[in-house]
Formats: sequence, structure tokens, C-alpha cells
Amino acid sequence: MDAAFIIETIVKIVVIMLIFSALAGFGTYFERKVLAFMQRRLGPMHVGPYGLLQIMADGIKLFTKEDIVPQNVVKPIFKIAPVITAATAFMAAAAIPFWPQFTVMGYTVHPIVADINVGILYVLGVMAIGLYGPLLGGMASANKWSLISAARSAAIFISYEVITGLSLLAPLMMVGSLSLIDINNYQAGGITNWIVWSQPVAFILFWIAAFAETGRTPFHLVANDHEIIDGFGTEYSGMRWGLFFIGEYANMFFISFVMAIIFLGGFGDGTIAGAVQLILKVAFFFFFFLWTRAAWPDVRPDQLMWLCWKVLMPIAVLNVIVTGIVMMF
Amino acid sequence: MHHEEPFKDRNVSEQSAYYFVDIEAYPENGWDKFKQVARRTFSGELFVGLWVVLREMIKFDIHTVQYPKEKLPIGPRYRAVHKLLRLWESGYERCIGCGLCEKICISDCIRMDTRIDENSRKEVTEYSINLGRCIFCGYCAEVCPELAIVHGPRFENASEQRAHFVIKDDMLTPLDLLKAGEQAEYPGFGAVIPGSDASVKKTPLAY
Repeated sequence: MDAAFIIETIVKIVVIMLIFSALAGFGTYFERKVLAFMQRRLGPMHVGPYGLLQIMADGIKLFTKEDIVPQNVVKPIFKIAPVITAATAFMAAAAIPFWPQFTVMGYTVHPIVADINVGILYVLGVMAIGLYGPLLGGMASANKWSLISAARSAAIFISYEVITGLSLLAPLMMVGSLSLIDINNYQAGGITNWIVWSQPVAFILFWIAAFAETGRTPFHLVANDHEIIDGFGTEYSGMRWGLFFIGEYANMFFISFVMAIIFLGGFGDGTIAGAVQLILKVAFFFFFFLWTRAAWPDVRPDQLMWLCWKVLMPIAVLNVIVTGIVMMF
Repeated sequence: MHHEEPFKDRNVSEQSAYYFVDIEAYPENGWDKFKQVARRTFSGELFVGLWVVLREMIKFDIHTVQYPKEKLPIGPRYRAVHKLLRLWESGYERCIGCGLCEKICISDCIRMDTRIDENSRKEVTEYSINLGRCIFCGYCAEVCPELAIVHGPRFENASEQRAHFVIKDDMLTPLDLLKAGEQAEYPGFGAVIPGSDASVKKTPLAY
């Protein structure tokens, strides 16, 4: 391990951190704009041209707000919980290839922090640790709504994580590798090689589980405003709450990347066109997260668990079995 | 669903507009439940919802009024901050200082001072309305015999303190605006209704 490798990795980490922190901010802007347009409103318009600087205003507000730690909370855990959410979201990004490798001045750059051979396992595992943010934050908050939110997040987590793993098994059986680069190269032949055509059921299941994973609207139960205020975030203010927010939006981007790479061919053969396609696919998935928020109602926690355990999990198991049988013969 | 209300027979009957909402029977056994789930899953209703919001986004029929830059038109009878009008021909103040508005004001927010001027006319020296108390009921405009105090369209009256006042200089139409024909006659409370001459009845002699 030479110094150049370490420097390159650190540069990559910083770039990814900066880009996705900024994207999380832009994500809130896009969300507000898209939701507004779908509801025949204009959304933020006053700060900067077309409200573009609203992100800056929100950032300044979050950074300069008083950091309130209420009296009866479990202080160390209360303070560390938002960090867990944001940190795990960004740690998960380490194994995601964001762009095909390219050459700058004779130096080949791999835009992935660590191409580990258990890439997707690592990504899902670290994203799963992100559960501890809402769970610990909610339990430490000394607030009944937060406590309900923590209980919900744990119950929902167990439900959707089963679907995530089982639905991914079938494509992984076909590819024979857990590395996201290998999965991408498996589909490098073009649109007909995409795994979504051979594993449509797994794709739908993983997509549904991604909504639960990121806590987006049909399954926005952990912080459902009209039921439990802001759930685990109720007692948080200022930048601690902002960390939850950044974590949530970064998670949305990363899970969109994972879906695009595993099922929709990723960056394809590694040309610039393929890379742009990857961005477009990710943009579509991100847009879909916002789109469903405008269109669909939330389900109850028991409905989500019914869906996960009684419907999606049997389908996922069947999918794995059928895939195995087909691969055997 | 649009339907005409049958005004003649309002009793609940077969001919009336009342009807039972069609609620499908609840599933009774597991197979029925399964069929319901399957039907709802594959009916594509979720995509109808997605299409509805996407259609609105594509149509881009935005209903937002960007308020400080754009304002909705308000009705001519809107009762906002008062105005004192002038006579069209002479430019003299319409107010004759009778004090009826001060008297009728139910929130007691109008204050006026008068004096007899050199021509033995009553002249209004002070006229102020406490907008912190005013409830914009319109009685002052209604009671005014001269159509002198009326309600204007100025509804933005935020101020630094709760009790803020409009004084005579704020309300009175400036002379240059009057000469430019900018003074608008008020069609609201107390104004003569168009065509009201026709509805005037002669006083019966039997009284």
C-alpha cells in the first residue's frame, strides 16, 4: 500500500463526501420543486433565481440554529445518533462505482473508493447499520413520539431487510459475484443484458424494499408527520437534525445507484455514454422517490409488515428457487 | 357525479337524489381475501395516481400567486383601509363634519375635530381612525350622508405597533390625483345602487 494509493483514496473520499453532501441539499430543492409542480404550486421562488439559493438559506439556518439537547434525554446517545445516520449513509458509498474508470493525464482513476469483492453485501450491511440512527435517537429522546418511531423503525427494518437480501440473491446467483463492478460488467453487453429483464420480480421487490430502506412515502412510517410528528427527529434541532436529513437524502441517492447498477446495467461498457446513462437512471430513481411522495398515501406499519412478511418474502423465496432451478438445467 | 336536486320532493324515496354508496362486500374467507389482494395489486390504481400528478406537472398549470409581486383583484365592495373623498367639481372635501361616523362606530375608533371656518362652514381639522381597533364593519361608510368616508382597496396595513392610525392626510384624496381623475367612486356600503331611482317609492299619504 503505497502513499499514492492512500492519497488517491482520501481524495476520492473527500470528493464523494462533498458531491453527495451538496446533492443531498439539491435533493431537498428538487423534492420541494417537484412536489410543488405536481401540486400546481411553484415551490421555493424567492431566494435566488427560481429559489436556487434556498439550499444556502436552509444550510445557514441549520448550521446557526441553537443546538438544543433536552433535559431528560440520554445525552451521549442522543448526540451520536444523527452522526450514525449520516456516517453510515456515506460509508455505504465506499463500494459503489459512481462512474466508469477514466484516464486523466495518463493516470487511470477508478471512481470507487474500494472495489471490495463483497461490495453489495458491504453496501447493504452498512446501510442497515444506519437503522441505529433513528432507533437510538428515538429511544434516547425522552419523547413518546420518538419512542414510537424507534419501535417502528426496528420493526420495519426487520421486515424490509429480509426482502432486500432475498430479492438480491437471485441476481447475485446469476452473476456469481458480490462486487458491484462485476455485476455491472455482467450487463455490459447493452440494454438486452440488463438483469431487470431476467429478474423483473427481484427488481420490483428490491425497489419496494428500497422505499422502506430510505423511509420514503409509501413506507414513510418512521417519521410520519401526521401521526408521530417527526418521529425520531422530534427533539432534534439545528445541525443534528440536518445530519439526519443529509443521511436520508444521501441514502436515497446511494440506493438509486445500487438499483441502477444491479438491475439497469449501471454504466454499461464504461464509455462516456454509459456513464451519462447511469446518471440518468439514478436521476429517474430519485425522481420516482419524489413522484410517489406526491401520488401515494402512506401505509400503516402493520400493513407494511403484512406486505413484507406475507407477500413479498414468499415471492422473493419463490424467485430464488425458480432462478436456481432455471440455472440448474 | 353531477345530479340535479329535485326540489319538489325532498323526501327520501326512490326518486330522490339519495343513493347508497356501492361498497363491495368484505371478504369472508382466506380465498376471498387473496382474490381481493390480487385484484387490488394488479388493477394498476397506483399508476393512475402517478399519472395524475405527473399530468399536472407536465401541464404546468401553476396556481400560485406570487403575492408581493402579484396581487389578486379584490371585490369593489371590499372593506379595507378607509379613504376620504373630495367633491368632483370643486375639489372641496366632501366631509361636512357631521360626526355620524364617530357616533356610529361600534369599536369607537374614529376621532374627529371640527371648527367653523371664515365662511361659516364647518371644517374638519382632525380625522383619525385607530386601525388597531377598527373592525372594518363598514358602518361609517354606510352612515355617511355625503359618501365622504368610504372603504378603499388598501388591505396591506402591517405596522410596527398594534394600534396604528390613519390620519386625514393619509385618507384624503390628494388634489393632483383628483384633477387627474384618479379618485374612484366607491360602489360599496352607503353608495347609491345603480338604478335605485326606479325603486324609490312615493311616501304613502296614509302615513
